[in-house]
Amino acid sequence: MSRISDRFAALKAARRPGLIPFVTAGDPLPEATVALMHALVDAGADLLELGVPFSDPMADGPVIQHANERALAKGVGLGQVVAWVREFRARDAQTPVVLMGYLNPVEIRGVARFAAEANEAGVDGVLLVDCPVEEIATAAPLRAAGLEQIFLAAPTTDAARLERVVAEAQGFLYYVSFAGITGAAHLSTDSVRERVTALRARARTPVAVGFGVKDAATAATIAGFADAVVIGSALVDTLAGSADAAEAVRRAHAFLAPIRAALDAVPAGHAA
Amino acid sequence: MTTDFHTLPDAHGRFGAYGGVYVAETLMAPLAELTAAYERLRNDPDFIAEFEYDLKHYVGRPSPIYHAERLSRRVGGAQILLKREDLNHTGAHKINNTIGQALVAKHMGKRRIIAETGAGQHGVASATVCARLGIPCVVYMGAVDVERQAINVYRMKLLGAQVNPVHSGSKTLKDALNEALRDWVTNVHDTFYMIGTVAGPHPYPQMVRDFNAVVGREARAQMLEQYGRLPHALVACVGGGSNAIGLFHAFLNDADVAIYGAEAAGDGIATGRHAASLAAGRPGVLHGNRTYVLCDDDGQIIETHSVSAGLDYPGVGPEHAYLKDSGRAQYLGVTDDEALAAFHELARSEGILAALESSHAVAQGIKLARELPKDRLVLVNLSGRGDKDVHTIAAREGLSLI
Ligand SMILES: Cc1ncc(COP(=O)(O)O)c(C=O)c1O
Repeated sequence: MSRISDRFAALKAARRPGLIPFVTAGDPLPEATVALMHALVDAGADLLELGVPFSDPMADGPVIQHANERALAKGVGLGQVVAWVREFRARDAQTPVVLMGYLNPVEIRGVARFAAEANEAGVDGVLLVDCPVEEIATAAPLRAAGLEQIFLAAPTTDAARLERVVAEAQGFLYYVSFAGITGAAHLSTDSVRERVTALRARARTPVAVGFGVKDAATAATIAGFADAVVIGSALVDTLAGSADAAEAVRRAHAFLAPIRAALDAVPAGHAA
Repeated sequence: MTTDFHTLPDAHGRFGAYGGVYVAETLMAPLAELTAAYERLRNDPDFIAEFEYDLKHYVGRPSPIYHAERLSRRVGGAQILLKREDLNHTGAHKINNTIGQALVAKHMGKRRIIAETGAGQHGVASATVCARLGIPCVVYMGAVDVERQAINVYRMKLLGAQVNPVHSGSKTLKDALNEALRDWVTNVHDTFYMIGTVAGPHPYPQMVRDFNAVVGREARAQMLEQYGRLPHALVACVGGGSNAIGLFHAFLNDADVAIYGAEAAGDGIATGRHAASLAAGRPGVLHGNRTYVLCDDDGQIIETHSVSAGLDYPGVGPEHAYLKDSGRAQYLGVTDDEALAAFHELARSEGILAALESSHAVAQGIKLARELPKDRLVLVNLSGRGDKDVHTIAAREGLSLI
């Protein structure tokens, strides 16, 4: 069993919907990242998604683009992100951590080298946005090193490809709630419900839903039919402009705690 | 065994180790839809006839091959021949591709077209075909490029296109491409993305090449007809690589024809201020394909520099990456100063104002011709005309326009 599947098994046993916050590593301040990770866990996160800054985040909306630019301006790169996970692990051996990013930084570091370093540091999974299931061979060293490869499924994913994605998915499946970039307008929870329900019937892994989840109410609705909810842009936007690490930690807590409370008030999707 | 270069890419869009489809999940379906539509159309005689009709009657093809005799005499070496893509409607090779993609969009029933542009030539060529189709066109252009290519911005507006300046990242072509991809992800149901060069995910590198390959097909026949032989060498500038592969493709299996790509060396490759992805980059993944990219040791794409906006791109089409590794083509850097000198030389010796992009090819052609005997033929792709660049040149040389 992996840290990710252990965590989802525990959630299921407790009939508790999963909460997955996303932050861009190094934003709003490099010195805040590890403290933020702990704060998010304290506020009720079940799994952490850490964005690896990239110069050309083509699937991201303006909020995460700017977070990438700020982190890069402070010199944050892949090596630093892995080091932060190692530091986080020194105090938290349970909470799974998934790195989310784009291929080029991983390739330039060397996929095998990165895989070994990340695994040793305590990274559990990797989601490479621009590496669809067709290009899975590119990421083979990740699996070989014991990292789980997280895949996306989208409203545009057709049945044949979905089969392949489901077959290859490890850890959990990340369902993108609408065709668009991160942080875009509002999602229609009704159509998402239909798709996710169908997806969960076929998936061999838990299904998390993300993109466009901005508030506690939407998160709670989604938690009614998904295994977990991912919240990214709204959190990144909330943290932006924090004066210091302490303020970032305060903001993170104030943002996430009410969402946790809202999720705990609904019957968990995996009760279904 | 010699390689048959005309069999590439394979079914996955790969040129050896390069190319492929490296995009976010949401784009996989529209790319599959496009690939299927293009596979059907590229072998459809009606589609081919429609394309050829437009090239002849709207673009004004075939473009001539012109013997730059006076220039050749001044250089004192091989004979320099120019493939005159600058004479096409809208002033560059870019129209070949947009005519083709517009027909694909029409056959697919798409109601909105988006494009990215650097120098503005592809934006103008896209706006042009959209005006003909009577459908809306949105062009993404880096804010820096909007400044330095003002005339083309105005041309696009006159043609009815909406130009959206892009303020993210380095505010140049690569960021315009990112923004166009983001638009496409959001509007996949009705939008056709018209990429302006042989980059991006499959099928773009193949499709854009096929539409520009008319350049080399014509040139090969013209050479045999006018000179009774193929040229000793081909030269073209390489930004994303569409005019270059357009010229090269028909000659790839002619092993005796040497092939040279001229990349933008900016202030010089050693200064780090350049856009020579093949000459000075490394294999990586950018904008949906594996190719040579300019990036730092952390894998971050770096800002490029070139006096010509159309060459200012940190990646390059995957087929060129393959041709480089296979040794079939050689890619060399041409600096800003060398390109400007060639611009003036061509203007004064032949009465042709070349685009700054094309001036890189002219400079490389001159260097090559100088080393060769007089009876050799060097064919240079004059990819576009220089009207759009007169402000840039005047500003750089400290001149006012009047
Ligand atoms: C006249 C001209 N030549 C060349 C280029 C470079 O593009 P490519 O390498 O795709 O031909 C451009 C791009 O804008 C251009 O306008």
